[in-house]
Amino acid sequence: MVDTALKRGRNAVVLSLHIPEPEGRPGDPADFSKIKLPEPGEVRRPPIEVEPAEIRDLAFTLIRVLDREGRAVGPWDPRLPAETLRQGLRHMVLTRAYDDRMYRAQRQGKTSFYMKCTGEEAVAIAAAQALEFDDMCFPTYRQQGLLVARGYALVDMMHQVYSNARDPLKGRQLPIMYSSRQFGFFSISGNLGTQYGQAVGWAMASAYKGDSRIAAAWIGEGATAEGDFHNALTFASVYRAPVILNIVNNQYAISAFHGIAGGQRSTFASRGIGYGLPALRVDGNDYLAVYAATAWAAERARSNLGATVIELYTYRAEGHSTSDDPSRYRPQEERERWPLGDPINRLKQHLIAIGAWSEAQHKALEAECAEAVRAALKEAESVGTLGQSRPSAKEMFEDVYKEMPWHLRRQRQEAGV
Amino acid sequence: MPKKTYLQAINEAVRSEMKRDPRVIVIGEDVAGGQGGSGEPGGVGSVFGQMKGIYGEFGPERVIDTPISESAIIGAAAGAALTGLRPVAELMFVDFVGVCFDQIYNQAAKFRYMFGGHATTPMVIRTAAGAGFRGAAQHSQTLHPLFTMVPGLKVVMPANPYDAKGLLIEAIRDDDPVIFVESKFLYGMEGEVPDESYRVPFGEANVLREGEDLTIVAFGAMVPRALQVANALAKEGVDCEVIDPRTTSPLDQQTILESVERTGRLVVVDESPPRCSLAADVASIVAEQGFRLLRAPIRKVTCPHTPVPFAPQLEDAYMPSPARIEEAVRATVGFN
Ligand SMILES: Cc1ncc(C[n+]2csc(CCOP(=O)(O)OP(=O)(O)O)c2C)c(N)n1
Repeated sequence: MVDTALKRGRNAVVLSLHIPEPEGRPGDPADFSKIKLPEPGEVRRPPIEVEPAEIRDLAFTLIRVLDREGRAVGPWDPRLPAETLRQGLRHMVLTRAYDDRMYRAQRQGKTSFYMKCTGEEAVAIAAAQALEFDDMCFPTYRQQGLLVARGYALVDMMHQVYSNARDPLKGRQLPIMYSSRQFGFFSISGNLGTQYGQAVGWAMASAYKGDSRIAAAWIGEGATAEGDFHNALTFASVYRAPVILNIVNNQYAISAFHGIAGGQRSTFASRGIGYGLPALRVDGNDYLAVYAATAWAAERARSNLGATVIELYTYRAEGHSTSDDPSRYRPQEERERWPLGDPINRLKQHLIAIGAWSEAQHKALEAECAEAVRAALKEAESVGTLGQSRPSAKEMFEDVYKEMPWHLRRQRQEAGV
Repeated sequence: MPKKTYLQAINEAVRSEMKRDPRVIVIGEDVAGGQGGSGEPGGVGSVFGQMKGIYGEFGPERVIDTPISESAIIGAAAGAALTGLRPVAELMFVDFVGVCFDQIYNQAAKFRYMFGGHATTPMVIRTAAGAGFRGAAQHSQTLHPLFTMVPGLKVVMPANPYDAKGLLIEAIRDDDPVIFVESKFLYGMEGEVPDESYRVPFGEANVLREGEDLTIVAFGAMVPRALQVANALAKEGVDCEVIDPRTTSPLDQQTILESVERTGRLVVVDESPPRCSLAADVASIVAEQGFRLLRAPIRKVTCPHTPVPFAPQLEDAYMPSPARIEEAVRATVGFN
């Protein structure tokens, strides 16, 4: 029987659905006034042995090292030698030059698709420098800086983007979805979030085997809504997997602002807290802060203390990919107004401030990087741009299985290759 | 009749159903397209512009931009459908079904049955499928065979703008979960589409061309290719009948069998790997129920049993080409 007493209306107000609203739309002024920034150097740096429960506040603040004058301040300053900083700067400038050139190549019809990481270079490059070369990276499509920092040849990246006869992935993968076993760069997935679980599994296996290597994964703030993200955090926590779980909060997921991903309710770093994981929120445009946070998390992982979540707070300065037009969904001058500046300019300013760099050197570096990109491009294009030089049609049938089964052999014969 | 693209037809169907029925809502990633820019209500509206302008017209409560969680989108649509809403959920690329398939085949598809007939789940999942636009292995698949084999689902594959609009309206008014498979390859296709609302019923094939010598059954993006081949061969006196079943579940078996009864020959074209494809399905139905009608072995024209490659030449070789369809037709007609 239905209990009518339980059926009586209980709400004094009519329910209404909350829909997140962005701070600005095209035509509006860029408004970042809601962003609360602690002063550089202000946030404490706990010892790596700290209990995650004792540093929950670090998920809600912002670890910053570089101040407005380009000085490194506070406990998170990684105190890196100038040579390391200059290398970091070079990788960032090279990555940006590479991105600019390949974006243009797409516009010229030389490839079908491209994605830049402009404004987010420090996220990948400082991390690559803080990790060991043989630590395993599980990136998204916006961490090409990892490959650049690890010394992967630009021309091989271009062969992949052009899917030409020298494409290391044999014409099978979308442009920019690089992978390299030798360079510890896992394949990029076309389906968001899958790399998180795999990174945790890789790290668990490393621990299981008594190895010394750790894993690092990256995910966009938008993709943290996927189940795979949460599932991976559960495993990382339960097994204390030696893995660094980076969330790149660049404010947008294609056209959707961070609020659609839940960014107006809490920080993305704070997702880690419910799983009992230590979580740091870091200025992703501050090379030194990214380096320091990564080094902290890596040391924890190497000491069998388990996983760390790091939110890298940054801004996607350009479109999602070559397929969208950001002026259609966000205020145009946001990029200039981003309160945390540009990672290259900030590291450059720091190097100049400590007397280890000059404007003239920077100009020379930019020219050198542009030239390196030009030379690589010439070589890649001599092999062929998209559709001009083909991987053999045979490649379509290889590697589906370890041994080609009879039915594929037959299909290959039928295809005449 | 006004000419419109396949893409516009889809947009029009959703728009007209939303106007007609306040229970119809749109939910998915980027469907609002940045929630509308000034000067252009509706902003982008889905990655291919399928929902362009719909946010501007119907607002944030009926066009819900979601977090990137297909599982939650489909789960939410199923839950909302149970309350009587008619969600049109968007799965950006059919390839992403991997992360939400449980909500589809174990949940929405089975609600009516498992709840003793007491539940109705009037939801549509619109999704973009197919190769030929350089999307590589995880953005190019056609997974309609996967949906077709699930009891409780209806599966629609429009092959022209007219059908896209009429079938989508039918899907939105249907009381069971419908998978509406849009062909990325056909988004730009133009055709005559009435401004007013109309329905194209499920389970009724479209005979695009009548013929006496051979029956070609093709699905989705393969239909225009099959027609092209049939028209070319007609000049040589090979008279093909071209059938587009329009929906794979339900499937209009009768039209296919009646056609084969006249022609005695069958070629099935399906953009899928060969095993367990719609080509295999149609071939098995005809072999089982029309064995005595056949004058030649059935030929299937499908993709190979490989993931979709990226490089243009490889991808073009992967898809069933007009040349391969023609070759199959010739071999079947020439069989004796
Ligand atoms: C499972 C899955 N769902 C949706 C997509 C489509 N998609 C590709 S990138 C993207 C936005 C991701 O945004 P975010 O995670 O914030 O990363 P960002 O692009 O900002 O670096 C979406 C929705 C996808 N590739 N895979």
